[in-house]
Amino acid sequence: MKKFLTVALAGNPNVGKSTIFNNLTGMHQHTGNWPGKTVEKAEGDCETENYHYHLIDLPGTYSLTAHSPEEQIARDFLCNQTPDMVIVVCDGTCLERNLNLALQIIEICPRVIVCVNLMDEAEHKGIVIDLKKLSKMLGVPVIGTKAHQKNSIKNLKSILEKEAERKKRSIQKGKMQEMVSLSEIIYKEVVEVPENHDKRDRRLDRWFTGRWTGFPCMILLFMGILWITMAGSNYPSEYLTYAMFWLQERLRQGLIWMEAPWWLQGILVDGVYQVVSWVISVMLPPMAVFFPLFTLLEDSGYLPRAAYNLDCPLKCCGTCGKQALTMTMGFGCNAVGIMGSRIIDSPRERLIAILTNVFIPCNGRFPTLIAVIAMFCSGCFGEGWIETVLLAGILTVVVLAGVFLTLIVSKILSNTILKGVPSFFALELPPYRKPQIGKVIMRSILDRTIFVLGRAAAVAAPAGAVIWMMANIKIGNASILSFGVQMLEPLGKIMGLDGTILMAFILGFPANEIVLPIMIMIYTAKGNMTELLGLLEIRQLFLSNGWDITTAVCFLIFSIAHWPCAASFFTIRKETGSFRWMAAAFFIPAVTGILLCTSVHLILQILS
Amino acid sequence: MRNKKRMCDMESGQKGRVVEIDVKGSILRRIRDLGLIENTIIKCVGKSPFGDPMAYTVRGAVIAIRREDGKKIIVETGGFCEK
Repeated sequence: MKKFLTVALAGNPNVGKSTIFNNLTGMHQHTGNWPGKTVEKAEGDCETENYHYHLIDLPGTYSLTAHSPEEQIARDFLCNQTPDMVIVVCDGTCLERNLNLALQIIEICPRVIVCVNLMDEAEHKGIVIDLKKLSKMLGVPVIGTKAHQKNSIKNLKSILEKEAERKKRSIQKGKMQEMVSLSEIIYKEVVEVPENHDKRDRRLDRWFTGRWTGFPCMILLFMGILWITMAGSNYPSEYLTYAMFWLQERLRQGLIWMEAPWWLQGILVDGVYQVVSWVISVMLPPMAVFFPLFTLLEDSGYLPRAAYNLDCPLKCCGTCGKQALTMTMGFGCNAVGIMGSRIIDSPRERLIAILTNVFIPCNGRFPTLIAVIAMFCSGCFGEGWIETVLLAGILTVVVLAGVFLTLIVSKILSNTILKGVPSFFALELPPYRKPQIGKVIMRSILDRTIFVLGRAAAVAAPAGAVIWMMANIKIGNASILSFGVQMLEPLGKIMGLDGTILMAFILGFPANEIVLPIMIMIYTAKGNMTELLGLLEIRQLFLSNGWDITTAVCFLIFSIAHWPCAASFFTIRKETGSFRWMAAAFFIPAVTGILLCTSVHLILQILS
Repeated sequence: MRNKKRMCDMESGQKGRVVEIDVKGSILRRIRDLGLIENTIIKCVGKSPFGDPMAYTVRGAVIAIRREDGKKIIVETGGFCEK
């Protein structure tokens, strides 16, 4: 029987705790090069010859005198739960600041291992660290690791084992002290740093945060990502559509052969299968391309620079640059962005970040935006790559509109229900890192695909069945669905949309991926078209249902500004702990969207 | 030549030694946790596109701080810390 020990991983933000955690446990916690990636503690297990370790990956903290909620998690855990052992992970390129926390933890925990991570990066920069001397001065074992090297993890495990067998150090419980000066003394003894070791980072910063280059770089970078997403998802989407359609016919024939009743065929083929196949063929490819690119950007260390650039405009709106970080997380998934808002210290600014996060189109809404833009704008601007670049440009404008909306709504909120002045703000700009391109791409495509397929099964399939039933169960002359659509029609018309679109957004509440498939289903249920293959056919379908360019514009606006999806909705409830804020998070974007669509519709009508 | 100035008035590339932090309470706590205490040598490494916040190297890490927080921190430039 192996002995059981709990081991906590603690350290400053962004030193590679999660990477070490993943390597020790073989798990796949999300990692990224920016402070605040881990906001909730993660748990996992690992074993050595004689021991079984239960590992807890704590959110990063600068000190045990904690401030923001995610830092408190770390403090409370170390002080109250007293793990058997603590691994303090330090950044080898910035050891001095890290030592403050290490010394504080050494004071209160009986078994501590200091793990100086990112040794490869330190070496690369010409920084020399005397680990033996450091171990002697700290009085605890010290190990140098390179996060992505197998050997490092083996060494770390053997040190874990050794330390587990050693007697506990005696500790004096006292007041938590500041250890900055002591850190400085130790640091001077054990580390040699060449002048200008960060030359490359500063040179990149001059580009990415320069007065004239900062914002152009940001927009170009983003547009580049969107362009690759659009161009890269084109062909897979086409092939998947054909494949899914082929399969649909086989499925239908199979059911006919089995003499299944008409309603079963309807539910399974026209309901469940069709919605699922739309999610897979139209939604999945852009998501599977965008997400890895986004992860690469995250790993490179660029995101904090974007926050740094955007701090000034955000401050003018009464919030802080860290909101830029939660906004960029929102591109991946709004629920993640909302949870990530924990990195913001001031409760007022955190609430603003939570309430406005849905204005950033998430991964689940991107494909819808891309499809509608491609449908209504392709063919207008030439062909080939020029066209995709221009389409990406339009998408960038739409996304910027979302960012702009976030700023305005934040400003309004901080002048009305969330009054206050911006609080203290400090943001760390980590060194740039070359992402592990191959690994990131493989991992995130796989993760995304599995995630989307899972959601398709859990949400899209039942939604398809329900919608089919709503479209085919008749009360009097009209189906339930067309009854609902008719009810919504007047409001839709005022907003430049129609009842179907509003209905699709309402039914799309469980997951925004299914909005487009639902629209297609409702339109086809009216009996205009039976065979749907590519975007051209969908375009025809939409046009024959009264869409024009105004409808498309209003649709794009409403996709950015409407209510949050179910996952975001419940995350908001959890994060704010109140129904009132949850309701606010629902109505603020919804009202904004309705007002915006109505006014844009009006303006466009007057203009024409 | 020794010269006292506010942290937010430092030029890009300039080094300085912190001599005074005129902040109280939890914000002081935060500033100290970042390693920014009296006698710390810092270096201004750049400004953001709008000129605010500015970035400084503090104990090996690059930290962005806003003008209104930086103006409460007084540094001494010139003399020993200028190379």
